Amino acid sequence: MTHDEGDLFGVNVGKSFAQKNMAPKVVLDSCDFHFKPSLLNVVMGTSGCGKSTLANILAGYQTPDIGKVTIDGEQITKPGSDRLLLFQETALWPWMTIESNVIFGPVSKGLDRKEAKEDAHLLLTRFGLEDFKQKYPNQLSGGMMRRAELAQALINRPKVMILDEPFRGLDVMTRELMQEYYIKLFEETKLSTVFITAELDEALFLADKIFIMSDSPGRIINIIDVDLPRPRDISCMTTKKYAELEQLALDSLYAGQSELTKNNI
Amino acid sequence: MKKFRLNWRGLIAIITFFALWHFGVVYEVSGLSQLPGPTEVIIVWFNEFLFTADYWESWFISFERVLWGFVIAQILGIPLGLFLGASNLFRSIVYPVFEMMRPIPPLAWVPLSILFWPTNEASIIFITFIGAFFIITINVYEGVQSIKKEHIWLAQSLGASRYRIFYTIMLPAVIPAVAVGMSLGIAVTWNVVIAAEMIASDSGLGRLTWEGYVSSTPTVVIVGMISIGMAGYISTLLVDFLEKKMMPWKYRR
Repeated sequence: MTHDEGDLFGVNVGKSFAQKNMAPKVVLDSCDFHFKPSLLNVVMGTSGCGKSTLANILAGYQTPDIGKVTIDGEQITKPGSDRLLLFQETALWPWMTIESNVIFGPVSKGLDRKEAKEDAHLLLTRFGLEDFKQKYPNQLSGGMMRRAELAQALINRPKVMILDEPFRGLDVMTRELMQEYYIKLFEETKLSTVFITAELDEALFLADKIFIMSDSPGRIINIIDVDLPRPRDISCMTTKKYAELEQLALDSLYAGQSELTKNNI
Repeated sequence: MKKFRLNWRGLIAIITFFALWHFGVVYEVSGLSQLPGPTEVIIVWFNEFLFTADYWESWFISFERVLWGFVIAQILGIPLGLFLGASNLFRSIVYPVFEMMRPIPPLAWVPLSILFWPTNEASIIFITFIGAFFIITINVYEGVQSIKKEHIWLAQSLGASRYRIFYTIMLPAVIPAVAVGMSLGIAVTWNVVIAAEMIASDSGLGRLTWEGYVSSTPTVVIVGMISIGMAGYISTLLVDFLEKKMMPWKYRR
């Protein structure tokens, strides 16, 4: 988790998907972005605007039709452990214990199992999961699964974490706890982050920068600097500054919507 | 372990069933007049079958046939299902043939099987195999198709080789589908083996039941039916047990 690594840069990224008996659906079009390292970059847009496609492209699971995406200057062509994605729904392998899930990355790279287990122990202890190492994922609560997945990713020391609406399925309480959890983790490590969400309060609470995405085709239409002081806690949501930023973000979001309407007419 | 609780309604229903059977026979309700009552069946079962070697040999032989057919179907069906699901080239060649054969009921294979296989035993095992094979293959195939792409992607990101992804992700991911195939398969193999024994064999529980019919002793027919039901039930219990062993993650809470 070094600084100044995990610089994600995209120019003119376009992606469309074939549809049966219809013109291809354009999901991303001339999408430009620069997610700077050691920042908590939040991508925000309405659901279905292409956020997940962007995440998959960053992770290397999908390749853009046109344009170029780089990490620290190198083109992204395939999946890699330098940028790990936390999916919307848990991707923990249900047939492996939490410990086996976590050490999968290091062991795949040839690290000794015992060493990997020691690393895993440290991380799981830090995430309050040391007593759940030998449990299977479905024995854990939603919030614990997300924490286990963070451990599963962080053990590989990625340069950047990509989180695709990670707390969407959680109940309100757990979600707030997880947000505070992630913000604490970020403030301690300054791990470069791309956090995708559709929730404005989540975006404002977490972000250094919010990248507002327009509706399909998706592109970044505005960038808002969230200069709320860190470390943050939930009380920052009652400040005047927060209210101003909220208004600014809402205006941008509506601007993105009207662009869609214009396109359709 | 779940605490055992007696299901009173179920018990009453079972007692009622036997009572209806008993009085139906005693008062010669139409259709039941030719049949033995439950007490007669139990007495005959107890006196003429339960302690004879022949009876248990019938059990053994039928079980052996089911086991062979079932196991061979697993051994061939699971890899075939995996290949069908994993390789587009293989699927495009093999699947049409597979789909052409699949709708043929297992028992339609009986005549050809007798002609083709050198011994009766082999032909019965073959027919039993056919009964489970298509079900298992199609389940594994669909299991491969429904592997969550995120499960594969994540392993790729974490640097796993293709070989490692196959063994640690794809194989365990299809185990639930294999289990479903086994449950359905074991039921079908019993169906098939009984019918095949009636047609083409001189041994086994199916034959025992059929001989009861041929010799006009309905008591023996009912003893055979009950035995087949029990054998099928025991097989299901064994398969359930196997499934729990195969998928420890599903049964721990």
